[in-house]
Amino acid sequence: MAEIEIKNLHKSFGDFVAVKNSNLVIENKEFFVLLGPSGCGKTTTLRMIAGLELPTSGNILLDREDVGYLRASQRDIAFVFQLFALYPHMNVRNNLAFPLKMQKFSKTEVDAKVTEAAKLLRIDHLLKSKVSSLAGGDRQRVALGRALVRRPKAFLMDEPLGTLDAEFRELMCLELRKLHDDIDATTVYVTHDQQEAMSMADRIAVMNEGEVLQADSPKIIYNKPKTKFVANFIGSPGMNFIPIKEKITPNQSSIKLLDSSLKIPEQREGTNSNENFLGVRPENLKLVSENGVKGNIFGVEYLGSRKILTVETQLGNIKIRVDSDTQVKINEQIQFDTLNNNQIIFDGSNDMALQSEFMN
Amino acid sequence: MMDTSRSPSEASGFSRKLAATIIIVYMVVTLIPISWMVATSFKSVDSAISYPPEVFFEPSLEGYVNLFTNRSRQPKDYLDSLPPPDTWYEELVRSREMVITGPSKFLPRYSNSLIIGFGATFFSVFLGSLAAYALSRFKVPLKDDLLFFILSTRMFPPIAVAVPIFIMYRKLGLGDTHVGMIILYTVVNLSLSVWLLKGFMDEIPREYEEAAMIDGYSRMQAFFKVVLPQATTGIAATAIFCMIFSWNEYAFAVLLTQFNAQTAPPFIPTIIGEGGLDWPAIGAGTTLFLIPVMIFTVVLRKHLLRGITFGAVRK
Repeated sequence: MAEIEIKNLHKSFGDFVAVKNSNLVIENKEFFVLLGPSGCGKTTTLRMIAGLELPTSGNILLDREDVGYLRASQRDIAFVFQLFALYPHMNVRNNLAFPLKMQKFSKTEVDAKVTEAAKLLRIDHLLKSKVSSLAGGDRQRVALGRALVRRPKAFLMDEPLGTLDAEFRELMCLELRKLHDDIDATTVYVTHDQQEAMSMADRIAVMNEGEVLQADSPKIIYNKPKTKFVANFIGSPGMNFIPIKEKITPNQSSIKLLDSSLKIPEQREGTNSNENFLGVRPENLKLVSENGVKGNIFGVEYLGSRKILTVETQLGNIKIRVDSDTQVKINEQIQFDTLNNNQIIFDGSNDMALQSEFMN
Repeated sequence: MMDTSRSPSEASGFSRKLAATIIIVYMVVTLIPISWMVATSFKSVDSAISYPPEVFFEPSLEGYVNLFTNRSRQPKDYLDSLPPPDTWYEELVRSREMVITGPSKFLPRYSNSLIIGFGATFFSVFLGSLAAYALSRFKVPLKDDLLFFILSTRMFPPIAVAVPIFIMYRKLGLGDTHVGMIILYTVVNLSLSVWLLKGFMDEIPREYEEAAMIDGYSRMQAFFKVVLPQATTGIAATAIFCMIFSWNEYAFAVLLTQFNAQTAPPFIPTIIGEGGLDWPAIGAGTTLFLIPVMIFTVVLRKHLLRGITFGAVRK
């Protein structure tokens, strides 16, 4: 297993820039997720690590060796495709043995390695089956088996759960993470599904328009997003952005919202702009009976363990998460306030989060 | 009452019967000449040219014997002086007051056809699949123009360029050689082969060869081990079209071959018997000529049926 380092990686297709001067370090044995909306460059980044695309400029280091311009076959990396790409003219055993045949193992060694991988993935009873007769989850396991059978330096996965139905997907999320831990793998995983990313990753890199916006643990990505895009992309529902019409200065610890004043974490930086945003997650707000920001209940979503209230205010619609036994009616007038210190100020000029007591 | 047992997208009983009737009529019309040819091959020389034509006749293997042998007529006293015939075919020839003087040229002509037919088919499909893969996967400069140019070689009948090819082949020493005929038929088939196979290659997802390349194979190895096996349907369909063309080609074979590399099509119609064409022998030659291409088509038929729908129902 290996450490992967990406230095100033850049890729353009004609006029279209797919990846912009990205820098990332993926640690040994790390489960690293590239997350972003479609077209953000995450798959292109992965394909460059694999050697399926060549970078326009920049370096890719695998165990400190520059492999950026080597052929895919010379990198000792395994790739799991979204559509699995199992060879339809071979049975499961031959699919698993295919990567080994190139490495001049004896037949008994190949058999032993195939059996070991099959046992690990619990597909040893399917070895003689045709690929086309397998169910989605089993195809997924065969694709993983083919990747891990030769114990490569790193696993690259391109939305491998994208085509599975919801039930299988949750199961495979667990299995994938367990497999990763069992074989001490280094995994780079591409997805647009934030739940997959949050549940599996050691670290997540959020990408948009070819740029890596933030690479951190799921907890930090969720609670302390560095940009408005990350804050909005992660979380369901996303973060509330409340417009503030005042310039924020260092050491400021409260802001005016309508006619009430709201406490915020003490700021370490000021903004350039006079129009900024207060970012606050729905679960960090609470209903209060007095001195809060006023609004009317616009909608109530019941989600079993909780309720999401949409509150219409003069500052726009704001979502608040409350306990599911909270009783509110549509059009009822309520007041809300912050629950804790987890608020972030985003500078309106560049959408970056300000440093503060909380954001440290 | 409406028949609810069939789905609305299925054909009704009436239109199915109509379709079957049309197919049967068409089949009879196409099969009459072929069955007449097979019947002629089992007639005697006299019964083959009798008028009105005989539909029921006493079968004879004279045509087949004549096809494979050269014979000469001998006076009766010479025939009587010979020892009795060893084999059934000698006896048959003897009863027509002739003796066998040696084997005919049919077998060499037939094997020329096999060598040239299968050779040209192999190279058309092999080179065609390489070109089709490249045109399907790589950024080739002027790709569309190139494809049009390849196709344009089929916009006139190949025989239109017979004279330049004749002169070229004579200068190059390719006239009346197996290599020359294989090259010629390969060239004529290649445009069809490239176009057909490109369609099939386009449908094979790139992920397969990418997976193989990550698994340590070169692009060429990935092509042979992963892409080609999945293009089987396309290859089979293309091979049949190429085979049928090169097996049946007549005009170039007449023009360019004579002794060494002559194929069966120009040879068969020239089989002369006594006082005219030997129709049973011609029938026998044509019947035997039909067999390889029939076997080839039947063997690949499963692929052909899926193949000529151009992969519309694959996966």
